[in-house]
Formats: sequence, structure tokens, C-alpha cells
Amino acid sequence: MIAYIVRRVLYAIPILIGVNLITFALFFVVNTPDDMARMHLGVKRVTPEAIERWKRERGYDLPLFWNGAAEGAGKLTETIFYRKSVRLFVFDFGRSDRGRDIGEDIRQRMWPSLALAVPVFLAGLLTHVTVALVLVLFRGSYLDAWGTVTLVVLMSISALFYIIAGQYLVGKLMHLVPISGYAGGLDAVRFLALPAAIGILANLGANARWYRTLFLEEADKDYVRTARAKGLGELAVLFRHVLGNAMIPILTGVVAVLPLLFMGSLLLESFFAIPGLGSYTIDAIQAQDFAEVRAMVFLGSVLYIAGLLLTDISYTLVDPRVRLG
Amino acid sequence: MLLWTDALLFLLIAGLVAFAWHVRRTPHLREPWGRVARSRTGMCAAVVLAAYALVGVADSLHFRLPASQGPDGRVHWSAEVLSVLDLALARLRAGAEKTYSAPLAVRLHVRETVERPDGTRVRERPRLRYGGAHLADPDRERWPDVARRALAGAAAGLALWAGAAAALAAALARRWGIAWRAALARLAAGRTELPWRPMLATAAALAVAAGVTAWLAAGYHVLGTDKVGEDVLYQALKSVRTGLVIGTLTTLLMLPFALAMGLSAGYFGGRVDDLVQYLYTTLNSIPGVLLIAAGILMLQVYMASHPELFETTAARADLRLLFLCAVLGVTSWTGLCRMLRGETLKLREVEYVQAAVALGTGHGAILVRHVLPNVLHIVLISVVLDFSALVLAEAVLAYVGVGVDPTMTSWGNMINSARLELAREPVVWWTLAAAFVFMLGLVLAANLFADAVREAFDPRRRVR
Repeated sequence: MIAYIVRRVLYAIPILIGVNLITFALFFVVNTPDDMARMHLGVKRVTPEAIERWKRERGYDLPLFWNGAAEGAGKLTETIFYRKSVRLFVFDFGRSDRGRDIGEDIRQRMWPSLALAVPVFLAGLLTHVTVALVLVLFRGSYLDAWGTVTLVVLMSISALFYIIAGQYLVGKLMHLVPISGYAGGLDAVRFLALPAAIGILANLGANARWYRTLFLEEADKDYVRTARAKGLGELAVLFRHVLGNAMIPILTGVVAVLPLLFMGSLLLESFFAIPGLGSYTIDAIQAQDFAEVRAMVFLGSVLYIAGLLLTDISYTLVDPRVRLG
Repeated sequence: MLLWTDALLFLLIAGLVAFAWHVRRTPHLREPWGRVARSRTGMCAAVVLAAYALVGVADSLHFRLPASQGPDGRVHWSAEVLSVLDLALARLRAGAEKTYSAPLAVRLHVRETVERPDGTRVRERPRLRYGGAHLADPDRERWPDVARRALAGAAAGLALWAGAAAALAAALARRWGIAWRAALARLAAGRTELPWRPMLATAAALAVAAGVTAWLAAGYHVLGTDKVGEDVLYQALKSVRTGLVIGTLTTLLMLPFALAMGLSAGYFGGRVDDLVQYLYTTLNSIPGVLLIAAGILMLQVYMASHPELFETTAARADLRLLFLCAVLGVTSWTGLCRMLRGETLKLREVEYVQAAVALGTGHGAILVRHVLPNVLHIVLISVVLDFSALVLAEAVLAYVGVGVDPTMTSWGNMINSARLELAREPVVWWTLAAAFVFMLGLVLAANLFADAVREAFDPRRRVR
């Protein structure tokens, strides 16, 4: 088991190098730092001196891969590739183009993100599985038919609609919660209740429908028929046999997204002005801060790969038939 | 004048026609697609999709009008790119108001200070330039006029629909070899193999809605106007093309790569397989939104430093749309590639492929002649399945600021520009409502159609 995990972690290294090369190519080779400087300083009427200063302040004035002018190891380290890309491997994110310490920002902003993402995740899983189970319990009835149609309609509605309509109805018309904002401590509940509810509702259609398919698939199998034949009630069959076995694909699918909870929700956070990593990402994109976007790309890839690893491990834990060699 | 996305869209349509023809001649493909054609919800959804596609195609036939003729007889072309849809909706395009006006309104939504002829100033909501301009006494005549127009429109829509239905009955009567009246009776009773009756009902609903809208639009802004006074209905219709392009071209653009990589990984195995799997794991591990954002940021930098490459704003916006499709494709091709790889792995062991190998056929010929035709349906299914998610993604990307060009109408841009309007007093709801409803119609239809396709191709359900 440990050998397997070590090998999987080693596999992650070439993938991270690949991610790094791709982002590096996107940010520095396709468009040179000169282009970026011009973009930030305004395209027209910009002096070469201003561009040079912008690049020097942010450390973009070095050669890309090879610095012939430097001494010794400096030939490799005094380059943009080393300074901006290789250092990410030790989670040294450096300073953003706007001059902020990215690592510090991330450490501060991950808590509000988690405060929203974890409740949405747990309560969402519970709600979606419950809805799916109810539909399966009444399968073939009108409740099932109309329930499934409702789920299809729910999943066809844009997430933006849930957010905008929710803010308008609950926040503006009913005055139940503040429309947006955030506060630390217990006060956070007031601010997080509505976005959390919207987050759960927005995913209800797609998730509950998928879980229902999984449950139905399991409910058609022979062992379930045997369980019924020996006289078990429908509820016992459903909860003890179907649920248990169908939870394997659900759990392993769920484990894959666990690490990504850190990244927060882009839309919810920025609509509700929650100072998490999701709104941080959007701010970085809209301010065209390349350093921050690059840091988030790297962080996201690391977390995704961690999710893949967790998925494989959880397979061995939940399903005794799977043996990893 | 041909834009890039137009060309690809027409290529896609040609490809679909060719594929349909191929399916008709191939029994093992005709069977599952026949099941799709017999699904009631699937075919009703297909009718709705066809209506959207009609609007989208009309909006893809672009041209430029001559603006002036120089002294040497050379024509100078206007910088504005128009489409056939623009011509059809010329009145909506031209009838701009000053600012917000509610659906079917005759007055502006906001009060303005107006100077009376006798010199006094009053705060009132002035009459619209276009909406209800034909009415002498708008406050009294408006609703009777609206009702009259709606009825006339509904009648016209129904008449058009009845004509089409009669033509369909005639065509079917000919195929079945029975009299026209008998065919009509069969259609009305729903005793047909294909679900013609629900399809006709859907078409009737669409025809009536279109008729009512068209007749009302001749005198009013049916869905109101936005902040700068542009007709919302016009914007919503123009957005159809953007949604369709993003939903279809994304998969089409990545198709060559996904096919080449998926097929070779599955067929050759070994090193090639490792390489391809490494490639798609790497691309997959970059968060989608961030990859798109990075790509679009880079494109913006490129466009800002090379302004001379783009003759018109439409060409510029179009290139950004195409690029967006390509980046979206990079983030979504992995699923298709994995499926193609898996299917090729299976096909490699099939007898006819083994026979071809034994006969000494080259790898290329085997891939093109024996493997490719048998994985094409996977491509089409994945286009159908990805479609709705892509249309929804467009709106989210527009909000993040990395969607289609701000000068291009899209539901995402409409929502993004109007998202604060619910906070206004009095509330402006129609832009948001129009964008969401048009988007819901397309996505819902696409989801229902995708369900029918999935059901028809799922081998586990075939027994039932």
C-alpha cells in the first residue's frame, strides 16, 4: 500500500512538470513580458523605459531559460523559468504583479472558501442522495416520473439564475439575510446560509439524477432480487443492500473533488462577496494579474492530482475486490 | 463575407448530412438512431432544437453592404457585418429607444424632465419612439391593440403550421401508399411509427408563439429594451447563434486531435498509449476555468499588440469566439479521447480487424477503413452530450470576464450586463428573464434529446 502511494506521488511529478511547462509557454513564450507590460501600461503611448521599469519591478527582465551573463549556477537560476516556475514546486508563489504576497493571500483566503465549500459539499451530498433514494423507492410511479422531469429542468437552468434569483427573493424581497458580504466567527452563518443553499440547489438536478441512475442499476442486480425473494422489505433492501453498494461509485467520485474544495466556488464567492480563493481567482483574472493566475493554476493542478490519488486509495478501502499492486 | 465560425458551422452541417446518409445505408447504425427517432420526448426536443438551429443558421449568412462608391468606381464596403437574420429583424434593430422600457410598453421605464410647450417643466415618462408609436391614445388603446395583434399573429402562425402539416401528410401518404385523407387521419390518431403527432403539436406551439411575437413586434418591443434602448428580443435571438456555435464547434475543433490521439493510443498501445494518457492527465489537471482564462488573457494581449490584423470588429469578435471554442475544447476533449481509446482497444480485437492485419493491410488503412467508421457514433453522441453544458458554461465565462467578445451578443453577456438591474428601483427584470428563458429552452431541449440518444445507445437498456 505504502509502496503504491509512493509510486503514485512520484507519477505526479512529471504531470506537474508538464503543467508548469504549459503555463510557462502560455504566459511567457506565446506572449513576451513586453506584451504584458504594454497591456498593463496601456497599449498606445508607452515609452520603452516604462516597459523596462515595469519588467524590472516584477522580475520579468531576466532571460527565459539561460542567463549567460550570470555566474555559476546563476546561469540557470537567474532566469524567468527558474524564478517564476520552478519555485512553485516548493509552494513559493512570490509576489503578484500588483505587489501582494500571493502565499499570504492564499493562506488567509482559504478559510472563508472552506467555510462555504465544506457545508455545501456535505449537506449537498446528503440532500442529493436522499432525493435520489426517494425517487428510487417510488420508481415507476408518477412521483418518480415527475421527479425526474423536474431534475432535468433543474439541471437545465443556469447557475447564474439560481444566484441572481436567490439574492433577489431571499435577500432583497424577504430581507432574511444580507445580500452579500462576510464576517468572521459565528456571524459567518448569516452570510453563508443563502450561498450554501443556492450551491446545493444548483447541483441538485445533475447529481440526484446521476445517483438515481446508479441506484437503479444496482437495484436490477441479482443479489437484490435474492434479498427480496427471501422476504426483506423494500426499505431494508434499499438501505442495506442497494445504498451500500451504490455508494462505492458515489464516494469515489466524491473523494476526487475533496481537495478542490480549497479552491472555493468561483461564482458563489464573487456574487456574495465572500473573500475566499474563488473570488480571488476571479479578481486575478479580471485584473489580468498573471502571477496570481499562474499560482492558482499550479495550486489547482496539485489539488486535482491529490484528488486522483485519493480516489484510487479510496477504491481499495471501500471495495475489497480492488487490490492495488 | 465569410467568417471563420460560419465556415466551420456550414462544414458541420455538411458533415451531419453526410453522416445521416451514411447511417441510412448502414443497418447496425440505423437501428439505434431509429430508436432515437421513435422516442417521443427526444423528437419533440429535436423540433425545438431545429427551430433554434434555423435562427442560428439565418444569423450565420453574413454579408456587408456597400457604403459608398468611390470616384474610380471602386465600392467601399461598410464596416458593419450583417446577417440574413438582421435583415429579417430590421425593424427591431432600427427601433431603438432612449433607455429602459418594459415589455410591450408605450412609455419609457424612467421619468424624465420634459418641457411643455407653455414653458412649464414636468417629470413624466415620455412616449417611446417606436413602441406603440402608432397609437393616438396609448393608455386606452394599448391592450385592445395588443390583443388584436396577438390574435392575428396566432392565426397566421396556425395557418402556416396547418399548411406545413398538410404538406407533411401528403408526403407521408405517398410513402405509405394511401390516400391523403387516410394519412391525415392516421397522423391525428397518432398511429404512426415515428411520433409525428407530438412533434406536430410542438411545432404548432412554436408556430403560434412565433406568429404572436412577430405580429406584436411590428408595433412594440415585445421583451422591452435594455439600458441603451436596444430591443431585448433582438438580442436574445442574436444570442442563439453564439450559443449554438459554442455548443457545437467546441467539440468539432478538438475532434481531429481527439480522434488521432484516442485511435492511436488504443490501436498501438505501449509507448504511444502512455504518452497520450500523460498528455490528457496533464491537461485535465489544470483547472478548466483557469486554463480558459489564461488562454483568453493571452489572446487579448496578442490582439492588443496586433490591431492591424482585424478589418472589422465582427472579424475580431469572431476570432475570439473561435479561440474560446478551441480553449474550451482543450479542457473538454479528454473525455472524448478516453472513450475513443477504450472503443479502439475493443475494436482492435474484433475479427475483421484481425483479418485485415492478417491480410497485410497497413496500419493507416486499417484505422481509416475499419476503425474510424465504427467510432464515429461516439463522436456524435459526445457532441450531443456536451452541448448543453457548453451553452451553460458560456454564461459563466462571460461573468468571469473571459467569455465571448463584449461586442458580440450572447446570453452570457446579456446576463452579465443586466445582473445588477434587479437591484434598481423600479426593478428591471426583462433582460435577465429573456436571456434565461431562451437559454433554458435550448439547454432543456438539448438535455432531453441527449437523454433519448443515450438511452438508444446504452446496451444495458436494450433488453427492456
